[in-house]
Formats: sequence, C-alpha cells, structure tokens
Amino acid sequence: MSTAHIELTDVMEHDDHGHHEQSFISKYIFSTDHKTIAKQFLISGIVWALIGGILSFIFRLQLGFPNMDMAWLRPFLGEWINIDAATGIGKLDTEFYLALVTMHGTIMVFFVLTAGLSGTFSNFLIPLQIGARDMASGFMNMLSYWFFFTSSVIMFSSMFISTGPASGGWVIYPPLSALPQAISGSGLGMTLWLVAMALFIVSTLLGGINYIATVINMRTDGMSFSKLPLTIWAFFLTAILGLLSFPVLLSAALLLILDRSFGTSFYLSEIYIGGEALPNMGGSPVLFQHLFWFLGHPEVYIVLLPSLGITSEIISTNSRKPIFGYRAMIGSMLGIAFLSFIVWAHHMFVSGMNPFVGSIFVLLTLIIAVPSAIKAFNYITTLWKGNIVFTPAMLFSIGLVSFFIAGGITGIFLGNAALDIQLHDTYFVVAHFHLVMGSAAFFGMVAGVYHWFPKMFGRMMDRKLGYIHFWVSFIGIYSVFFPMHYIGIAGFPRRYYSFTNFDAFSTFADLNAFITISAGVTFLAQLVFVFNFFYSIYKGKKATPNPWKSNTLEWTTPINPGHGNWPGAIPKVYRWPYDYSKPGAKDDFIPQTVPYSETPESNLPHEQELAEKEKKGDTGIKVE
Amino acid sequence: MVSNVQIAGAPKKQLSINPKKFILWLFMVSIVMVFASLTSGFVVRQAEGNWLNYNLPVELLVSTIILVLSSVSVQWAVRAAKNKELNQTRLGLIITLVLGTVFLISQIWVWSILVENQVYFVGNPGGSFLYVLMGVHGFHLISGLIYLLIMLVRAYRVDKASKIQFQLGQSATYWHFLDGLWVYLYVFLLIYH
Repeated sequence: MSTAHIELTDVMEHDDHGHHEQSFISKYIFSTDHKTIAKQFLISGIVWALIGGILSFIFRLQLGFPNMDMAWLRPFLGEWINIDAATGIGKLDTEFYLALVTMHGTIMVFFVLTAGLSGTFSNFLIPLQIGARDMASGFMNMLSYWFFFTSSVIMFSSMFISTGPASGGWVIYPPLSALPQAISGSGLGMTLWLVAMALFIVSTLLGGINYIATVINMRTDGMSFSKLPLTIWAFFLTAILGLLSFPVLLSAALLLILDRSFGTSFYLSEIYIGGEALPNMGGSPVLFQHLFWFLGHPEVYIVLLPSLGITSEIISTNSRKPIFGYRAMIGSMLGIAFLSFIVWAHHMFVSGMNPFVGSIFVLLTLIIAVPSAIKAFNYITTLWKGNIVFTPAMLFSIGLVSFFIAGGITGIFLGNAALDIQLHDTYFVVAHFHLVMGSAAFFGMVAGVYHWFPKMFGRMMDRKLGYIHFWVSFIGIYSVFFPMHYIGIAGFPRRYYSFTNFDAFSTFADLNAFITISAGVTFLAQLVFVFNFFYSIYKGKKATPNPWKSNTLEWTTPINPGHGNWPGAIPKVYRWPYDYSKPGAKDDFIPQTVPYSETPESNLPHEQELAEKEKKGDTGIKVE
Repeated sequence: MVSNVQIAGAPKKQLSINPKKFILWLFMVSIVMVFASLTSGFVVRQAEGNWLNYNLPVELLVSTIILVLSSVSVQWAVRAAKNKELNQTRLGLIITLVLGTVFLISQIWVWSILVENQVYFVGNPGGSFLYVLMGVHGFHLISGLIYLLIMLVRAYRVDKASKIQFQLGQSATYWHFLDGLWVYLYVFLLIYH
C-alpha cells in the first residue's frame, strides 16, 4: 500500500478527535495543507502584483510626462535618477527604464499570473472541487511553494544590485541578454534572473505534476471527467501545458547560461564590440527565439486558461443558469491547449524566418480564433436571460469576457504576417496582450478571490468596496489600453525611453499623458482591493456555508474546512455541477451531492432512469 | 494500513492508479521535454550549416552497453524483491550502482577522447551540443544513482524485501527511463552527429 493511504487514514482519525494541534511553523509556514499553500501563493502573488504595478507606473510617468522632474523619486531609486548638475532636474536612467520594463513583464507574467494564479486556485480548488482530502503529494506541494519563494527572493534582490536587474526584456533575447557589454543589466542582474527562473520552473513543475496526478487519480466516487467543474478542467489543462512547455524554457535558459558563463556559442555569432570581434562563432540567436516561444506561447494560455475556468464557474453560478455548452467549453479548452503548441513562430514573423513557414503559422494562429470565439459566445449565451446576480466576482468575470473579446480581436490582426510587419513591437502589440492576457487573466484572478474568499477565510469581502474596485479598474484599464492601439498604429515602438525627439509623435503627447493618469488611477483602485482583502480576513462579515448558492463540492465542507477538508466521509457525486434553475426543482440550484432519486420532480427522462438505478444500488456507506 | 472506510454504491469509483507512481511518470515526461527541446534545437541548428562534423568515438558504444546491463541488474533486484530474496535484491542494487558509476566514468573518458579528436565544449555548437546532451543526461543519471543508493541503504535496514518493494519499483522505473533516454540519445547522435 502506498503512503498516501496512510496519510488519509491519519487525517480522518485526527478529525475524529476534533482538534489537531499543530505548531505555528507546520501550520502556517512549512505547511503541506493545500489550502494554506494556496493562501501563501495568493498573498505572495498580491505582493508581487503591487511591486509589478509600481514598476509600471514609474515607467509610465516617464512616457506620459517626459519632461517631468523625477528628483523626488531619488529616495527610492537612488542612483537610477540622474540629477542634472546645471538645472537640478532629475531624469530616469535610460538603462533603468529598460530594467523596469523587463522586471514588470517578468513579475507579472510569471510571478503573478502563473504562480499567483495557478498556485492559488489550482491548489485551493482542485482537492475541494474533486472531493479529495489533499493533493497527491503534500510534501511536493510545499516544496513547490518554497522553491517559488526562494526564486522570488532572488528575483527581488536582483533589483538592488548596482548594475541593475535584467534589462533585455522579459523575453531575454540574446545577444542582448548574453553580453554584459551590451547593457549593464545583462551582467549580474541577468545571472540572478536566470537562477530565479530556473528555481521558478522547478516550482511550477512540482506544482503542475501534483495538479495533474491529483485530478486524474483522486476524484471522489461519481466524479467522472464529464462531471468535473470547468475550473478543474481549466487547471488540469493548464498544468499539462506547463509540464510540456516549462522544461523547454529550462533548456533554453541552460544554453544561455552556458553561453554567458562558460564561453559556448549556442546563440552568439560574429559579434563585434567596439571594433573587436568576440571569439563566439556559429551560434544562432533565432534558435533561442524558437525555444523561448515554444514555452512563451503556451505560457499565454497558462496565464489565461485558469481565469477562463474561474469565469465559467462564476458566470454560471451568478446567472443562475447552467453553463451554455459544457462540452463545447471543454472541447474549446482542449483545442486551445493543443493549438498553443503549434503557433509559437507567430511571435517571430520579423526574425528573418522563411516567409513560407510564416504563412503556415498564420493559418494555425487564426484557427485559435475558433475555440476562443466558442468560449466568448458561450459566456454570453450563459448570461443571456439569466437571473444575473451582480456580485463583485460576477462583475469581474463579465469584465474578463469584455477584455477577452476586445483583446482577442486585435489578435486576428497581429496573427497575420503581412500586418504584423507593420505592427510588430509597437504599442498595438502592447495593447493587445495587456487586454487579452494581462487584464483578462488578472480580472479572472480577482474574480476568483472575491468568489472563494468566504471559503478561504470564512468571511465575506466588502461588496461596496468591490464595486468601487471593479468600476474604477474596468474603466481605468480600457482608458489605459484602448488609446495604445492608436499610438501603436501611429508607429510608436514599444520599449522606447522617450519620443520627444520625433516630431511625428508629438501630437500624441496628450494621449500618452492621459494613459499615465489612467494607469495611476487604476493602480490606486487596486489598493482599495488590498485593503478590502486584508481587512476582511479579520473583520469581514462572517460567511454562510454556501453564500453564492453554488453546486460544487467545496461548499459542502464546513465554513472553515480543517486539515482533510471533510470531517466525515468524502461526499459522493451524482450529477454535473451546473444544475441551476432546473425546471420543476424546489430551489434554483441542486448541489452535485444530491442523488437523482431525491429530485423526481426535476429529473429529465434519462435522469429518471439513473434515479431508478441509484435506488437499486447500495448507496450506504460501509464501515469495515 | 488500508483505509478503513470503503464506499460502495451507485456513484462509481473513479479509475485511478497510485498517485505516487503517476507523479513519477509525469516527472519523466518533463525530462523528456528537456531532451526533446535540446535534440530538436540540435537538428534545427544543424540545418543552418556551419556545423562541426566529427565521428562519434567507438567508446560511446561501450558505455551504452554498460548502461543497458545496469538496467538488467536493477530489474533482477526488483524480481528478487518480489520473490522475497532480500540478499539478491541487495546484490542487484550494488551491481547496478557499480555499473551506473562505471557508465559515468566512461562518459568522462569519452569526453577526453573527444578533446583529443579536437571536438571541444567551447567552440562550434556541433561539439557543444554533444557535451550538453551527455552532461545533462549524466546529471539526471546522478539523481538516479542517489535514488538507488537510498534504496540500497534501506535494503540493509529492513528485514523483509516487501517493505521496500514499492519504492524499489519506483527507482527501477526511473533507472530504466534514464537508460532508455540514453539509448535514444545514442541513436540520435549516431544519425545526426
């Protein structure tokens, strides 16, 4: 017998004794309980999101107000603000500007929307929604968090070294990222970046392997794949994407480390610095781009899919209607997951790739519009004629659908190689991915926090503050990213420090200032959320067992579930999770644990047959 | 030992295998992706030209055979554990550990022969890739050796082979995988060197 079973018996016995004493360290720090680990990921993610947000606001100040005196930032940024000796005006260091952009991207994509999102909700919801006591391996789960934490510490410390953090963009293309002579951030900062990311990949793999093993092997009785909530489907597919793509980033990073520190030439060739040739010959920088984007594109869906799953659950619950096209939703997620591996070269249309290969990638890329549109239509048709309950979580989910559509449409533009030659690396791209992946995934994450906060902390978050948070964020995000499309079409390249030297761009100065102000307001709204979050943990209204009248298993646990989740036996599952407003039913929701034999009034003909079978079958629990 | 609650009835028990076993398989999938990306990088880069061509040293075949033999010995240890022959299990593990270590040493020996043939780690990527493939595989092999070493220590601490049978099976699966991985790399290098 495996050790897993021993643990399970252990857990149940402890629960029978009522309360199980744990030391502070094993309960809150090196915990192997999936719920505690989820909270650790969530709070780390929130801290990272604030850091990433502040970084972006600093470079937005530079872009919106290029003539601004930034001397007041000197207490925080020190030498990164250059004071002009004659005028006393402080300017942001140009290389530090690139460092800010790089760290903002890295933090948001990996530390917030990968670890913060998957780490929180996969950990929290997978065991609770499939009916398991914990993850397949609680120890690996704990390791996953602490690898992430170590990685975070290293990444954070890289921001405080004299040569600055990595500055070659979050995509770290060599040769820029390989040569310290190219930019000072490619020295120690880049080394720390690579070390941190290697640890991060280990963390993601440990977590992802656990999620997959748990979903496949630890579902409760009756919880077949066709009865799984869409959240679990989304987390499951996300974990598979991560398992297949993150190792590739690890090899790309390994070769880059060898190039940087051991003198090999995987990515470097025929480079002259100050008229002197480097010894490296025969490398191929495009090879790095291929390896990077083989991770990089699935990564987009690693970021987005969990949010889409969370949204499916929240929209269905709060529309009081079954999700429209449950199987189509699963099919489209499978389609997106599969396609995400064969479209990576659409990031490389201008890399000198063979144009014929490019045209194949155009075709494959545009096919993604089909499953994406299926999802968008299914969200809208679920909302259609529903008894919509506008909880903050619901508003954020609807906001996600809006961003997903608005940002997805520009994806069709960018997926075409011919158009991409014009739009590549402009603010049009920045607007596209910030809407479709950044903001949409972020809204999904926030929606999840509002929705599952009662289960996490046993209290409710404040509704009114939630509404303020939503409306300011929603309008603010559109105000930030919508104008960027115009700026991008006008030709503004991304990652430029300043545009004041180009006459053609001066007409857009006001628009850039407007974007910066909107970004500031949006950021302030997030502080409302942070306040609401921490305040509600201690002072929020006490939650009821099932505050949203939801069907899924997590609401059958006690309000504050202990170690092992259910005090008695694990509930069994009889039906799919979306029986909302079923005609004939007493309530407008029927939890998954209710057998068909108890609901003869609402059963469909084929469900009535199932009910007969249930009656014949022994449904009791045998204790041996 | 066995979970004391058994649930029977209409909701069907879901098909599942031991999660720990499954975790090992998923772990191996992630290693496969590392080598899939490295070898496809190899092929893509080679297609671009400016590639160092060299002959694979014959000695590489020797180390391959050694590693394949170690797979046989670890399987023998597993079988011995099933037949409750604890001493044979210990012996099998020792043989596997020795063969694994010999393999690693012979890989380093191959490196010295490569250097004699003027195929260097630093230089044309054609050579560098060979060292990286062998090195990354060797790194994983060390992890496999540590796993087997732990099993050997345990085999001396227990009185019955059945107590370590599950873990022994896991370590053997991993070892077979590392062996198969090397055979793949060897055949790959034979074709593409």
